[in-house]
Order: sequence, then structure tokens, then C-alpha cells
Amino acid sequence: MTNIAISLLIGVLTGAGVYLALRAQTFPVVLGLTLMSYGVNLFLFTMGRLQTAAPAVIGATEHSTDPLPQALVLTAIVIAFAMTAFVIVLALKARAALGNDHVDGTHIPPPEQAPDHHEEPRA
Amino acid sequence: MTANLISLLVLLPIGLTAVLAITGQRLPGLSRGLDVAGVTLLLVVSAGLLIAGAGNTPQVIELGNWAAPFGIVWVFDRLSGLMLLLTATVALLALIYAVRRDEDTAGPHFHALFQAQLFGLNGAFLTGDLFNLFVFFEVLLLASYGLLLHGSGRRRTRAGFHYVVINLIGSTLFLFAVGALYGTVGSLNLADISLKLPAVAPDAVPLVTTAIFLLFTVFLIKGAAFPLYLWLPGAYAHASIPVAALFAIMTKVGLYSVLRVDSVMLSGNTLGGLVETTSLIAPWLLWLGLITLLLAAFGVVSAGFLRRQVAYLIIASVGTILIALGLITGSSREAAISGALFYWIHTTILSAGFFLLAGLLLRHRPDAGDGIESAPPMPQAVLVGSLFFAYAIAMAGLPPLTGFFGKVMILAAALDSPMIAPIFAVILISGLIMIIALARAGSRLFFQTQAAPAQQPTHSMPADQKQALPGLNTAIVPLVLAAAMVVVAQPLTTWLETTASQITASKGYLEAVMPNGVLDPATAPGKSGMEGDH
Repeated sequence: MTNIAISLLIGVLTGAGVYLALRAQTFPVVLGLTLMSYGVNLFLFTMGRLQTAAPAVIGATEHSTDPLPQALVLTAIVIAFAMTAFVIVLALKARAALGNDHVDGTHIPPPEQAPDHHEEPRA
Repeated sequence: MTANLISLLVLLPIGLTAVLAITGQRLPGLSRGLDVAGVTLLLVVSAGLLIAGAGNTPQVIELGNWAAPFGIVWVFDRLSGLMLLLTATVALLALIYAVRRDEDTAGPHFHALFQAQLFGLNGAFLTGDLFNLFVFFEVLLLASYGLLLHGSGRRRTRAGFHYVVINLIGSTLFLFAVGALYGTVGSLNLADISLKLPAVAPDAVPLVTTAIFLLFTVFLIKGAAFPLYLWLPGAYAHASIPVAALFAIMTKVGLYSVLRVDSVMLSGNTLGGLVETTSLIAPWLLWLGLITLLLAAFGVVSAGFLRRQVAYLIIASVGTILIALGLITGSSREAAISGALFYWIHTTILSAGFFLLAGLLLRHRPDAGDGIESAPPMPQAVLVGSLFFAYAIAMAGLPPLTGFFGKVMILAAALDSPMIAPIFAVILISGLIMIIALARAGSRLFFQTQAAPAQQPTHSMPADQKQALPGLNTAIVPLVLAAAMVVVAQPLTTWLETTASQITASKGYLEAVMPNGVLDPATAPGKSGMEGDH
């Protein structure tokens, strides 16, 4: 039962991440990348198999779980966290530099028209 | 001693990164000196290791002295050594250009990012562990994000965002692949995985196959193969010039990973005794290489400015190398790999140099920059034009220079392939298309010049026509290296053939990393041993 729930969770997180990453605005894309990294972190964690009452210490209890996926997922979380922070800053910078939050930065207003542009162009 | 020198190739850049992050803004002169000295030392050490024959048998460095499947290993063999030498060469050229033209002061922390980039690259070329490869990929990517955005600008920001997003998706796929491989095969060490693949349970075979394909998808994103190359032209064409030149080695990281993982893990192996892995990936590489090369040739035609054209030439070289890596029929594999390596050295050094030349056009050509359109003549147009001509014939693969020899070696290896007709057709036709495109670009850039504006002499000296172009030497040195490659082609080819046979005979690699073979699960520490005790 837990197996199915966890697999569904990984699937939904990754699927939602892929959907959002295909959006045209930078904020959904960043959100999508974050969801994908959640999905993959959960996936990595389950690669040590789902076990209850099994610490990652040999000899402490009757069963021990594999500590390596936990180490991997810790590394992956840290890296994904740093990358998310970076891509958010970059998206803000792109919003400021390009004048809109479209991923392709289309509708670049000509410099002389930029200040008195009334409606923000939407993608 | 050798082991220490090999470790130095990774530890020196990360040490310098820390120092340069502190000195970067306060002592710009010292930072420049440290950075140049560091890269020069990397060049000397990697060249010295190769000349001393350190990679003739794979040298294994066990981190923390943990034996192979438990600890992370770095492996230095001829292929790794060659990649490290290429990295240092390209980095030194790019760095000298940046210093001579003050490109490093366009934004903060150029030198620290530069060394962090080298740390990631050198680590990725040395590691023998898949998760460690992932970590070094992240290091080199994070540094490359910083370098790509160095100096800011609208188009650079937009191209940078695309580059970052596609690489973050690539990293996610990499983690899925690594996780699935660990969950099914039970190891992350390349050599250990290779030894364990034949024993994979039959019901896990589809999952392992999926993981392997995911892994190569990631490598081909980094390597910029069809259909995943669309990020490259924008990112490279809008990066600052020394960064674009350094990035000439970045696609090669992807190709190196393809070659390394394919030769160690898949070549001559089976998946659970059910699937022959030798031809699992290679036919895909061949086809993707053909399509990549053809589309890149059209890209070279369509490019509106020289930096974009060079970016497409890099994609074309990726296509050519992939074709060679996809040739697995019989004894031609070694010949194909040695040809691919020759072409590899040629294209890495020359595309870096071509970017530096495009940078000179960008800064010194009046009105048009490096746009392929007619404009008033630039200073020293004859010299720069001759250099462009030399680069064009080398990159398009015309006889006197290295591109020709590389292509001939690859075509010769393709002679007994069943795919001989499409390979010859695509390589020769795309070569022709690129020659036409480069000839057109050259004539627009240097022949169809407009008269210089009349007011120019009033506020600039006539001596301007002979003004020095700082950084010009860095665009000449790659051509000198290419000419030297032609002169020493015979000994170089012999060396590369030995390297290719070291790559194809993966037994040497496996024995160096895992001298005792796979550990017997009954005696290995872990769950099964525990259950025996109770």
C-alpha cells in the first residue's frame, strides 16, 4: 500500500513539475523545476527500499536499511536548493532586464517607449 | 608522487577558487596573476603526467583510502589525461585573452568562477563513480552559469535562463538514472556496475535499460546532440568571448562521459545475460550524430553573426565525433575512436581560437561588429582576414589543416560499416555546405567593405589603421598548435591508437579499479552478512 502511495506521489510530483516547466512564464518554470527535484529526491530515497523500524546502522536492530541512498538524497537536496535559489535570482534578473517574465523574453519594448507603456504585454 | 600530482589537478583549482573569491575584488592584479599561474601549472602538470606516461596503465586514486566499491575512486588513464591537457590549454588561451582585453573586470569574481569551472571539469574527467560525476557536473554547471552571465546584458540573460533551465532538467534526469541504477544494480562505481550488469535479475532488465538510456540522454544534453542542442547557439553566441572559448571544452564533457561510460560499462557486456549492451547505445549515437551534423551545417549557413556561426561549428563537430563513437562494427572501433580523438583535439582548440578571433571582430570592426554584413574595413584587416581564412579551412575540413585529417581517419574507419553510404554522404555534404557558408561569411566580413566614414580621420589618428589588437596572439596560437598537429601527425596518431586500444580494452580499467573482482555477497559486510549472524 505504501509502495503504491509513494510511487503515485513521485509520479504526480514529477508530472506536475514537467507540466509547469513547459509553461511560458518564468515563475511556473521555476516552480516546476522545484517540484521535479522533490520528485527525484523521493525517488532516490526509495531506491534503498521502503522499510520500517530499520535504522541505517548495522547491528543496532535486526534489520538495517541501506544508508547510501540517504547520503545521496542529502547531497541532491543541497544541490537542488542552491540551484533553486540561483534560478529564482536569475528569473528576477531576467524580469528586470527584459521587462516581462516570458521565458523567451519576447515583447522587448523599444528603449524609448519603455517608460510610458501602459498595458504590460502578456505572453 | 604521481597520485599526488593527479590529485593536484583537482585540488589546486578548488583551493585557488577559495583564495580568488577573497582577493577578487580587492586585489585585481594579484587575482589575475594567481589565476594565470594556476592554469599554467595545470597545463604543465597534465602535460608532464602524459609525457611521463602516467596514464599508460590506469592510475587509481582511492579517496580516503577506501577500496573501490565502497569509496569514490578517481582514475587517470590516457583518455582522462588527454582531456585534462585540452582543458588546461583552452583555459589558458581564454584566460590570457580575458586579461589582455580586460574582459575579466566586466563583473565580479571572474577568476574565482573560472577556477571553479576548472575544478568541475577536471573532476568530471577523472572520476570513476557515477554519483561523483553528477556532483562534478553540478559544480561545473554552477560555475558555468556564473561565467555565462558574466558582464550581464539582455540577450545574455535570456540565453542564460534557457541554459540554466535545460541543465537543471538534465540534472534531474541524471539523478533519476543514477537512482534507478543503484536501486537495481546496487553500485555507483563504473567498474563495479560493469562487473555486476551480467548478474542483473531478469525482471530488472527493462528498468536498467531505461536507466542507461536516461543516463545517455543527460550526456547528450551536455554534449549538445540532436534534438537537445537548441540551447547551445544562443548560450555560446551571447556569452562573453573568453567564456565562449572556454565553453569549447564543455560539450566535450558530455562526449567524454558517453565514451567513458559506453566503453567501461556497456562495451562487450550483457544485461542479465539477456541483452547485449555493446550495440545498445552505439547505433543511436551514429544516427543522432548524422542528424546533428546535417542540421548544424544548415545552422552555419543561417547564422547572422560570426559567434553564432562558430557555435554551430561546435555542434557540427559534436555530430562528427558522435558518428565516430557510433561505429562499433568489428576491428574498426579502435580506428574510429583514435580518429575521433584526433578530430576532438582539433575541434576543441580551434573552436576556442575561432571564438577569440570573432571577439576581435566584435570589438574592432566599425559599425557591424562580428555581424556577417558589409561594413567599413577593420584595422589589420589583412592579418585578421588571413586568420579567418585559416580557421575556415581547418574547421570545414579542407586539406592542409587538421580538420581534414580527422575526417579522413573517421571516414576510413567507416569503410567496413554497413552504414557507409549515409556516413559518407552526410560528412561530405555537410562539409561542402559549411565551406560555402564560411566562404560567404568571409567575403562579407573582409571583401565587401564600405568606404570608411569621411569624418573618421578628424578624431582618430591615421596610425589607427595599424593599431595593435590586444589578444590577437591568443587567436594565432591555436592555429600554430593545429599546424604542429599536422607536422607530428604520425607520432600523434600512433599515440592516439594506443589510447584507443586502452579505451576499447576495458579489462585494464576494470582490473585497475577492482583488482579482486566483484565482492561475494556472502562475505561482504552488510545485510546478508548480518542475517547470517543472527
